[in-house]
Amino acid sequence: MYRYDEFDARFVRERVAQFRDQVARRLDGSLTEDEFKPLRLKNGVYLQLHAYMLRVAIPYGTLSARQLRQLALIGEKYDRGYGHFTTRTNMQFNWPRLRDVPEILDLLADVEMHCIQTSGNCIRNVTADHFAGVAADEVEDPRPTAELIRQWSSLHPEFDYLPRKFKIAVTGSAHDRAVIKAHDIGLRILRNAKGEIGYEVMVGGGLGRTPMIAKTIRAFLPKHELLAYLEAVLRVYNLEGRRDNKYKARVKILVHEIGAEKFTELVEAEYAGLDGPSIDADPQEVARIAAYFAAPAYEKLAPRSSAYETAKAENRAFATWASVNLFPHKVPGYAAATISLKNIGEAPGDVTSAQMRVLADLAEKYSFDELRITHAQNVVLPHVKQDDLFAVWQALVAADLASANAGLITDIIACPGLDYCSLATARSIPIAQALAQRFANQQRQIDIGELNIKISGCINACGHHHVGHIGILGLEKSGKESYQITLGGDATLNAAIGENLGPGLAAQDVPDAIERIVDVYLKHRKADEPFIDAVRRLGLEPFKIALQETLHAPA
Amino acid sequence: MTAAKRPPLPVILLANDLLDGEVVFWTGRGWSDRPAEALIAKDEAAAFELERAAAHALAQNKVVDAYLVDVALDAEGHAVPRHYREKIKTEGPSVRRDLGKQAGQSNLVPTGH
Ligand code: HEM
Ligand code: SF4
Repeated sequence: MYRYDEFDARFVRERVAQFRDQVARRLDGSLTEDEFKPLRLKNGVYLQLHAYMLRVAIPYGTLSARQLRQLALIGEKYDRGYGHFTTRTNMQFNWPRLRDVPEILDLLADVEMHCIQTSGNCIRNVTADHFAGVAADEVEDPRPTAELIRQWSSLHPEFDYLPRKFKIAVTGSAHDRAVIKAHDIGLRILRNAKGEIGYEVMVGGGLGRTPMIAKTIRAFLPKHELLAYLEAVLRVYNLEGRRDNKYKARVKILVHEIGAEKFTELVEAEYAGLDGPSIDADPQEVARIAAYFAAPAYEKLAPRSSAYETAKAENRAFATWASVNLFPHKVPGYAAATISLKNIGEAPGDVTSAQMRVLADLAEKYSFDELRITHAQNVVLPHVKQDDLFAVWQALVAADLASANAGLITDIIACPGLDYCSLATARSIPIAQALAQRFANQQRQIDIGELNIKISGCINACGHHHVGHIGILGLEKSGKESYQITLGGDATLNAAIGENLGPGLAAQDVPDAIERIVDVYLKHRKADEPFIDAVRRLGLEPFKIALQETLHAPA
Repeated sequence: MTAAKRPPLPVILLANDLLDGEVVFWTGRGWSDRPAEALIAKDEAAAFELERAAAHALAQNKVVDAYLVDVALDAEGHAVPRHYREKIKTEGPSVRRDLGKQAGQSNLVPTGH
């Protein structure tokens, strides 16, 4: 894992001191709310519905046991005993007092964490594939790239006041598990014909009120040219991006308005005029960062563990969990385990301080002290020996963390919605809960197979509804909550924006509607055809009819 | 705020405490974290007073995000916001009845108020 050097540590402490001073100046009236708000946002402090909210950055979703224990402590001491993992792999605390925030920031700094760049019009926390270093199809671990960008962007005065927020995601695999095409910049590490490593650079993706899929502007950028090229992209955006209208200020609008071709031309022209080598990272620095992400000291193991096979044969619940929640590891004898934070009937992504401590202990004991947070609001133990899986599972069962639903219909993404968020037009968590209850049956979930439901409580789309196989968007209609269903969204390299199925539904009708949609799929699917493939083949029509039936069903 | 933009009567004034974030209600004399203590303005003149209180409180750096909310009166004469958003704001998360005002919790630190 990356460890702060002296410079990083000093920088973070200085920011804490600066924020402590800003809070004091707000309280004595020398800063107005209008002046203070951008400053608090730069430190991850929002005002939500019931209280302030603190958003803690978890760079590329990687945490150590010590860091997670510190989050548990903060949750207990300054919040109400829990935290919430978001689709941007951050952790949000829902109940901190503003007066306590400087102390919380100090506690975070103690474990090399912070809230910098979790809000505001800057380059946000960089996200990456949660199976980095694990996946067999990986060309290179994306996290050194993400860390390099974190360092470069944290300190870049030129990009501190962009027209709007800017989100970058990196994947190192052929499969995209980081939703890179829904980001302002998506980077995919790949090899060219000569076997050299570089990046496919995609720009202009985003969700929100105007969802867009990112366009490739460079099919292959040699690895060492990354920072200078990013600088060129950001410069073009900084100069050309709209500042007159916040709804048109994201880079996706610029790319859309002038076209990907013209945007590419501008970037290449800017890039040609830059002194690349003076901007690009020093190879020694790149090597220094990469060394932190070196593979852990794996043991030489047989590809199949007999202890694991025996435990599966003897315990059906364990076997089910293993078949659903495990991801193959590139190193023989190991597996990556997804720990679902989607218990039936609970808020997606919420985790108690007690559970955080259990997860920290498990990581320390069984996974080289490493945890990953996923954009699907789950946690991953990336490197577990197959021999240890049964013990891990037993500990998870005891902590109420053993739901066997990773990737299935009850593994629902939901933003906090109106239960917490002041921008919301409707609640999202109760919809997730009702759907999970409707589809609680384990065997039925497995029969349905991979199906992503994603729910947002307003058009900002923090719950990724546009790229859900089934998306649900909460709106207000004549003073009531109303839910719009979209179909056919896809968050992978085949990225697609879901299409609206029809008029909005009342909250209590949503489970019926989703069930009818699933029934259409079950009726028409071919052999092993996944839901999203069936939707592509069948088109929207049969599903629209199902939705109409819900609308006209007798009450 | 002009009368034209004012929500229909009766109304109460709510805000978030600047330091602690807690949702607070104007009582006529100060801010309370208890919705039952909200001063209910039933006519134009009283609503105008609430607006003045809001402007004053914002200028004093005591609260943020102060605005009027239209309410219905329950059997005991207490104000209940008509809109679901404001109702959740005065109660707490609907998915966690053990948290927030509905559970008798408050983030307000009494000193300084
Ligand atoms: C106080 C709470 C929050 C506020 C005020 C907020 C605000 C916003 C806004 C205004 C947008 C639209 C940006 C645009 O279109 O330019 C947005 C997008 C987004 N937010 Fe949030 N959000 C909040 C919580 C969250 C949470 C809890 C998550 C994760 C679960 C999240 C993740 C995202 C994502 C993934 C997007 C869409 C991607 C994009 O930027 O295009 N946000 N948010
Ligand atoms: S989508 Fe809307 S309701 Fe949900 S967290 Fe984002 S801003 Fe809030």
